[in-house]
Amino acid sequence: MKSAVVIFPASNCDRDAAVALEQMTGKKPHLIWHADSDIPDVDLIVLPGGFSYGDYLRCGAMASQSPVMRTVKERAEKGVSVLGICNGFQILTETHLLPGALMRNAGLKFVCRPVGLAVCEAQSRFTRRYSSGQTVVFPVAHGEGNYTADDDTLKALEAEGRIAFRYAEGDNPNGSAHDIAGILNEKRNVLGLMPHPERVCDALIGGTDGRAMFESLIEAIG
Amino acid sequence: MSRISPDVVREHGLSEEEYAKIEALLGRAPNMVELGVFSVMWSEHCSYKSTRAHLKKLPTKGKRVIHGPGENAGVVDIGDGDCVVFKMESHNHPSFIEPYQGAATGVGGILRDVFTMGARPIAMLDSLRFGAPDHPKTRSLVSGVVAGIGGYGNCMGIPTVAGETAFDESYNGNILVNAMCVGLAKKDKIFLSAAKGVGNPIVYVGSKTGRDGIHGATMASAEFNADSEEKRPTVQVGDPFAEKLVLEACLELMESDAIIAIQDMGAAGLTSSSSEMADKGGVGAEIDLDKVPQRETNMTAYDMMLSESQERMLAVLKPGREKEAERIFKKWGLDFSIIGITTDTHRLIVKHRNEVVADMPVGSLSDAAPVYERPFVKPEPAHEMLLTDATRAVVPSLLKVLGSPDMCSKRWIWEQYDHSVMADTVIGPGGDAALVRVHNTNKGLAMTVDANPHYCKADPYEGAKQAVAEAWRNLTAVGAHPLAVTDNLNFGNPEKPEIMGQIVAAVDGIGEACRFLDFPVVSGNCSLYNETQGEGILPTPTIGAVGLVKDVTKTASIPFKRVGDAIFLIGEVRCQLGRSAYLRLVESREAGAMPPVDLSAEKQNGDFVRDLIETGIVDTCHDISDGGVIVALAEMAMASGVGAHIVLPNGMPPIPFLFGEEQARYLIAVPTEKAEKILTDAAVNGIFAMMLGETGGLTLRLDELGEVSLESLKKSHEAWLPSYMAGDS
Amino acid sequence: MKARVFIRLKNGVLDPQGKAIGKALTGLGFAGIGEVRQGKLIEIELDETDEAAAKTALTEMCEKLLANTVIERYEIELAK
Repeated sequence: MKSAVVIFPASNCDRDAAVALEQMTGKKPHLIWHADSDIPDVDLIVLPGGFSYGDYLRCGAMASQSPVMRTVKERAEKGVSVLGICNGFQILTETHLLPGALMRNAGLKFVCRPVGLAVCEAQSRFTRRYSSGQTVVFPVAHGEGNYTADDDTLKALEAEGRIAFRYAEGDNPNGSAHDIAGILNEKRNVLGLMPHPERVCDALIGGTDGRAMFESLIEAIG
Repeated sequence: MSRISPDVVREHGLSEEEYAKIEALLGRAPNMVELGVFSVMWSEHCSYKSTRAHLKKLPTKGKRVIHGPGENAGVVDIGDGDCVVFKMESHNHPSFIEPYQGAATGVGGILRDVFTMGARPIAMLDSLRFGAPDHPKTRSLVSGVVAGIGGYGNCMGIPTVAGETAFDESYNGNILVNAMCVGLAKKDKIFLSAAKGVGNPIVYVGSKTGRDGIHGATMASAEFNADSEEKRPTVQVGDPFAEKLVLEACLELMESDAIIAIQDMGAAGLTSSSSEMADKGGVGAEIDLDKVPQRETNMTAYDMMLSESQERMLAVLKPGREKEAERIFKKWGLDFSIIGITTDTHRLIVKHRNEVVADMPVGSLSDAAPVYERPFVKPEPAHEMLLTDATRAVVPSLLKVLGSPDMCSKRWIWEQYDHSVMADTVIGPGGDAALVRVHNTNKGLAMTVDANPHYCKADPYEGAKQAVAEAWRNLTAVGAHPLAVTDNLNFGNPEKPEIMGQIVAAVDGIGEACRFLDFPVVSGNCSLYNETQGEGILPTPTIGAVGLVKDVTKTASIPFKRVGDAIFLIGEVRCQLGRSAYLRLVESREAGAMPPVDLSAEKQNGDFVRDLIETGIVDTCHDISDGGVIVALAEMAMASGVGAHIVLPNGMPPIPFLFGEEQARYLIAVPTEKAEKILTDAAVNGIFAMMLGETGGLTLRLDELGEVSLESLKKSHEAWLPSYMAGDS
Repeated sequence: MKARVFIRLKNGVLDPQGKAIGKALTGLGFAGIGEVRQGKLIEIELDETDEAAAKTALTEMCEKLLANTVIERYEIELAK
């Protein structure tokens, strides 16, 4: 699997994502500067966590207008896998590659802690190595992860099996609708999630529950 | 130009003698720009004029020390061509006036001190002191400071991994915000501030200059009075987004060899960076203010020289490398401007609109700054050994201590900090020391911040010694070899002999402990004049320290790992309660002598415990500090969800045994088959070791002294801060 | 020409910050505080002198960047 990690000004989980990708795939990912509209031919594009543009205006709003995002959009439409983590998820909603929006946490505070996640949809290229209903633990670290969407969108996400991860019961850190932690697009080649799978690929630093996401992609893509 | 009146001199915080000295150095009266520059450079904050004579006594050298105090941060060799770069700095006064921005820019400033040396910051720590919880300002100060630290550090993507927070009414009008940053650099890629060589371009990079924080450095050196609140507009505003870009751009430029010298523009901005770089390089500097990127119109030379706008750096480049540097800064969307040149005049010459607006010998600003041997009275420490015959019930006392503002869980705070970004945090907040892996290696850096102002109030000398010993012990408890120290000395008005006495005693205490433990001081900061309406804060020398773990898979942490482990107490029992958390929080009194600090016992016990961790025999360890054996035990149980059953040795008075804070002690837990080995090894090494009981169950059980469920312990430990912050208590 | 763009959350979208402000105001003793909603005000200086053209440009700015129309609505005001 060939991959790329996009770096926006003030992305800050780009290295973490690159380290996890290299560890899992054995290949260094391409690092793509946001001002470059050209992305090499890759199987997976990761939009990493961070505070692109300082989270000014709205999280992900300015990054969504970067030249590189036009290419990401084209590739996504062609079926290339796109994974948006944390700020990457926010950018994906701002780009309308995923529906809905991420608002300020209900508790109004930034929250960093491990949370329990229920895998709701194991039938996707991102989650096939998990089993449906399995509980995993990923850390969250965000101030604006409160997922919201209109009722029709939420109904569609539920009906089409596009809610990949939900916060485990009683463990919703941000007040998001339907306890949503991560969602897929209609074609199921784009996943956005607030928790950080790339921070749980190493037993020494918080666990290995994130590895199966990368293993799923490797299995699905080759 | 109008003559400078004595009022203007006083408003600049300069004494008559200091003004006379300026005239003598210049051979004429200064103009306003020069007066402003001198006032800032000679402020307590920049010149350390009250403490310099004493700080000289601190041990600053060691076989691993590459750069000690005098550079932007200390640099210590950790082998394999790597070094750790770290420093702690206070932002107390600004944080009291505007807690969010004050704390945020404090974080920004200390980060720049570290990356300006070529290091990538890898961790942040904070030591916070607030006023009494029932003081009307405390809640909003806590909320603002914590949000500010998080707002800046989180955006930068640097994990905040450890810290401490406590409350005392002496901080009602002077909170303490001490931030420490730890970075990693290559030994052959350390950047210094000496601008060696003549004719080299001086470049300004980062954000534009505005009128922020003018006279912030002088403010940090004056007592507060009622109208300090009016000083609000002078507080600078932080832009972590800009800082992240400055960080990445600087590190990118540092990959090349284009930089001769570099320094961040912190307190006194352009003034201190340009004069210090020139002075250290033995050269002069000529600066053209028209070239300085400006955010506001009609800025005067005075404004620009004294501005404390954040996220700015000054660098001296090798001639001909300007284009290369400019390309990098432009790529990151930052301002880049060549604003001057190094000269052979040894003078700092500042031009504005084609006129020379300041012309001063560079050495006059730093070396010639006044040094005061301020009069002091030696503190009279309390000597009474308090054993007390306290017979209060153990469980309610424990719940009271664990649920108190000082001892309760600070989860509400540290969950607002990203502590796992950079994916190298092995042990995060809540442990004895945090442990961060050195990226791409098997090594780790342990780090901690410690202060015990209640001990220091009883005995500044022993109290400061204790802070060093505790930092050393915290590093040891995770299996680290302590490397070096950064100190942040927070005190009241040094012009008062009894306060100066505290400072002198504390510096001496730190010196003794650091010398004995081979634990040199490589960087630090002083914050004096922490007084409001004549009332000073508790003496608060804060110690930040870093240690090296050779193999991050062989370390120890607080949580019990197994059921059925034997629990040992390492270190002697003296059943002494003086100045303990128990006495203060349960009996509401502060009395007696603080626990004595025996540095040789400290070293002996610590080396013994570290050895057990490094050889893989011990993986569960907690140092014993505030609250004594029982609090340490409760913390280990709460962190793991595994209880413990302990039996007091015959004849031990329960409260003094359980809550006494004797130093140089640890609790460890090991599988029972290793228990015998611990006892024999201890005996061989002449170390006091006592088996207290074993792990298991869902309670803390002390036989006839009582039993308490982990659930109740946790409830009391976790409840206070969230409920206080919600305004419920 | 100077423009002001007001950005508000759409009706029905929960505003936790507004709620917290309302709670704080009540806590400070201000009586009769009803619903509080927080928005943004963005001031923009434009070289454009034609009002209609300015409005068109500003609308595009809002749609493209300034507002997230999934949750926010915007109003444009031109100063003479």
